[in-house]
Amino acid sequence: MIEREQVLHVAKLSRLRLDEDEVSRLEGELSSILEHVDRLAEIDIEGVEPTSHVVPLENVLRDDVPRPSLDRDLALSQAPDPHDGAFRVPSPQAEG
Amino acid sequence: MSDTDLIAATAAGTAALIRDRQVSPEECLEAWLERTAADDLNGYLWRADGESATNGVDGKADSPVAGVPVAIKDIFCTAGVPTTAASKILEGYRPPYSATAVRKLADAGMPMLGKTNMDEFAMGSSNENSAYGPALNPWDRSRVPGGSSGGSAAVVAGGLAPWALGTDTGGSIRQPAALCGIVGLKPTYGSISRYGMIAFASSLDQCGPLTQDVTDAALLLSQLQGRDEMDSTSTGIEGGVALPSAEDLTGMRFGIPSDLIGEGVDPGVKAVFDRTVARIEELGGTVSEIVLPHAGHGISAYYVLAPAEASTNLSRYDGVRYGIRDSNADLTSMYEVTRGDGFGPEVKRRIMLGTYALSSGYYDAYYGRAQRVRTMIVRDFDAAFVDVDFVITPTSPSVAFGLGEKTTDPLTMYLNDLFTVPMSLAGIPAISIPAGMAAPEGGGSEMPVGFQIAAPAFGEQKLLEASFALEKAINFDPSGGRVR
Amino acid sequence: MSQELEAVIGLEIHVQLATETKMFCGCRLSFGDEPNTHTCPVCLAHPGTLPVPNRKAIEYALLIAAALECEVAPRSIFHRKNYFYPDSPKAYQISQYDIPIAGAGKLGDVRIHRAHLEEDAAKMIHVGESGRIQGSNASLVDFNRGGTPLVEIVTEPDLTSGAQVREWGQLLRATIKQLGVSDVNMEEGSLRCDANVSVRPVGSKELGTKTEMKNMNSFRFIERGIEAEVTRQKELIASGGKVVQETLHFDPSTGELHSLRSKEEAHDYRYLPEPDLVAIAPSAEMLVAARDALPELPAARAARYRDELGVQESAALLLSFETDWAAFFEGVISEDDSIEPRVAANWVTGEFSAELRKQDQALESSKVTPASLANLVGLVSSKRVSHSSAKTVLESMVADGADPLVIVEEQGLEQISDSGELETIVKAAIENNPKPAEQVRSGNEKAIGALVGAVMKETKGRADGGEVTRLLREHLGL
Repeated sequence: MIEREQVLHVAKLSRLRLDEDEVSRLEGELSSILEHVDRLAEIDIEGVEPTSHVVPLENVLRDDVPRPSLDRDLALSQAPDPHDGAFRVPSPQAEG
Repeated sequence: MSDTDLIAATAAGTAALIRDRQVSPEECLEAWLERTAADDLNGYLWRADGESATNGVDGKADSPVAGVPVAIKDIFCTAGVPTTAASKILEGYRPPYSATAVRKLADAGMPMLGKTNMDEFAMGSSNENSAYGPALNPWDRSRVPGGSSGGSAAVVAGGLAPWALGTDTGGSIRQPAALCGIVGLKPTYGSISRYGMIAFASSLDQCGPLTQDVTDAALLLSQLQGRDEMDSTSTGIEGGVALPSAEDLTGMRFGIPSDLIGEGVDPGVKAVFDRTVARIEELGGTVSEIVLPHAGHGISAYYVLAPAEASTNLSRYDGVRYGIRDSNADLTSMYEVTRGDGFGPEVKRRIMLGTYALSSGYYDAYYGRAQRVRTMIVRDFDAAFVDVDFVITPTSPSVAFGLGEKTTDPLTMYLNDLFTVPMSLAGIPAISIPAGMAAPEGGGSEMPVGFQIAAPAFGEQKLLEASFALEKAINFDPSGGRVR
Repeated sequence: MSQELEAVIGLEIHVQLATETKMFCGCRLSFGDEPNTHTCPVCLAHPGTLPVPNRKAIEYALLIAAALECEVAPRSIFHRKNYFYPDSPKAYQISQYDIPIAGAGKLGDVRIHRAHLEEDAAKMIHVGESGRIQGSNASLVDFNRGGTPLVEIVTEPDLTSGAQVREWGQLLRATIKQLGVSDVNMEEGSLRCDANVSVRPVGSKELGTKTEMKNMNSFRFIERGIEAEVTRQKELIASGGKVVQETLHFDPSTGELHSLRSKEEAHDYRYLPEPDLVAIAPSAEMLVAARDALPELPAARAARYRDELGVQESAALLLSFETDWAAFFEGVISEDDSIEPRVAANWVTGEFSAELRKQDQALESSKVTPASLANLVGLVSSKRVSHSSAKTVLESMVADGADPLVIVEEQGLEQISDSGELETIVKAAIENNPKPAEQVRSGNEKAIGALVGAVMKETKGRADGGEVTRLLREHLGL
């Protein structure tokens, strides 16, 4: 139902590195779940609006009044690689 | 008073003891910390000591719960205190802020006993998806406590906390409550702020109490509910919540969705359900059959919508600003290796499923369609609540299963949520109360069975009243779960 | 046989809103402050955090919609646009997808397709080990900017040249500036403009393959960049090639176009409705308030100046783009009914503006008031002071803020109105400059300039040039 190529593509979209075992396993598991989920196709949804929110709210807004920001040290305290007051990350892959 | 008496008291009872000065908040906390130290259920991922338990807690709070300690599911951000959502990807993470629900309880004077175990990112029905080992069912340690709020259920049932906070997305409070023989309430979506509650599926997640009895559930709910300016989907419960006092069920109408309760239910569970229905009638309630034509598709809709929302909610775990980072080779590797290492198999499965459902070309067939089926389930309940005040089902199709029993096939695990998922999709409140005991299908000593009651949106008060009266009549004995 | 090709251009403009706080959290907006000093758990996307929309940002968006005559959606929602990049902490941007707050509208002769609200990304600085940008192997992320409210405006592909893009872009900027909702400063990044460029045979209704041009930070560069790209596409097609969809950057210093290669294929953004936010349903009151809050916008003002007041087109445009200059101009004409608005506008946008520039002064701090400039213009119109003398007076006015009449008297700049006196000087000039006089008499009318100059010199510029010329011609027998 879901092919290996699709599994690899979805893993890429999700930024998940999977080993070979995981890929084969997921192929089977996702297929079986999707098969069950495909029962949804049996239902006649003609004219039915989608529900994005069960809450009947609208216009919940915040006044444009400043709130205290985090102390920078606290903001960086959980960073894996803080550097010079910023969050350091590796650069995108070099062109290959 | 003896520690044993203190530990045996309900949360409301404990609050009264403190209020009447029969015990001091300090003595109370000390007694409970001794209990948490005896945790052999792997219920706690982090336990507080005397100091950290009261950090940020208003010792002078004049509230109906002042001094009563509480256990917090590790999905809630607690400032400066480890918060992992039972995932490796948040190993070592100490949030710079606390969840609104946590803050409210601290402001009400409640010390925190610790952070409880759970299925990773709330994805699971057995607590076996935790990166830190499963929590165990205190009634039988070879069995699961349910999930995802397995740790919270285990510690309350095991007498390692007077009550606990949990979260429910598709049944994650109700199902573990049922499997552990305690009360678990999922309030109306929007009743309690989600700010600081690590998101799994935003349109379904709700915070709720796991307690020894219905009165405690009402008490904890009254402290938690309310509109929060940090959560634009929160409404609170208009009029608040009062402690229930109903003596019987006269005039209340209960509906059984027979089309939903099919052959998947264990005979032992069905027997307890039927006995409880008889009790309802004895108490003056009327029971009838109703139909929820699309609720049977709830699992399918849920396992599209929840993973889809989860796939985007979990994208922020990328190794940039917090949590682990397992590669610095280049940007792509940082993302892929960190996330590949940091997430467990169930989480990866759901992220993949969700990403697939949202990806180009598949949105209408999956996500779009599931949202429409959700609308139909909402309408099913609306129609049912014209004829009845409550919808009743077994909470779970089976009693607590053995560790490792259902882990080979994800779909088998998902089907545990059959009865709880429709209420989550509709956003309506539902409670599970312990209704009796039953032997597991594969053999073994009897395990608790839960009874689920659902009400219309914001019908918490009536729900609590009905549950209160029924609970009294059932008179469930929780002692089999208490850790010695 | 080559067909003639025409350019088809559409624009995507991002406007950073000048609110106090970010789009979805209460952090202040920052301007060049230390990195990561305006962040909070929400804009750092910590686990469990939730967005709450800024009311002012919605109001500003409605104001923009009103100014662009856009249809406002009775109910619009936010969507998540998913992509992984360090400047996007949630790995999704909260934006609007198929139900934006504003729909079709127009500004000038360009139709607006839609306008919507979204949040800005954080800032990334690429650094190498040595701190240089080349050979960068790490980046630093500063989340101060992350979460700043943006309105994205998308036009229909109605533009046809780089020049038109520059003119219309300047009109859009002036319009939004006058709403007071943004600094719209392209160098600072509060206004960003990307262009989608394609060509097609003249008369065709189909659209050719388009390229996207980004990262140009002035309308002049955009104009040149578009012209370069249009030329490139035309030449490519003429030589039998095909335009490939890509993103380009124009380097104004070299005039070259570079492809911004992205390593990934076209993004699959996996849009879904934002479950953490409820719908925006602008009330009738909010819409009325937006319309009522609209100041007179540049297009309307220019038209009013031109059609009702008779101001020259170029002056009308200049004034309409700058509110304080327009206010000054209107101040001048309100002082004195007899002053022709056309004349006043020319003085304001011409001599006055030039003199301020020359003395390195700004309008807001200038000592010259609309009343005093009106006086000066009145003196010229009533021929009490010559145009060139008036320029001298203006110089003193700008320098010291003195009263024009006082300056005229002090410096003896009053125009010679006595035609007898003037006639004497004219006759003398003819006598003293026989050569040019002879040239004029024999048909070289241009030579009269020298004679005019001589008279002006003698009168120290106090004579009315027109009258001098008339008298010269008379006495030269023309």
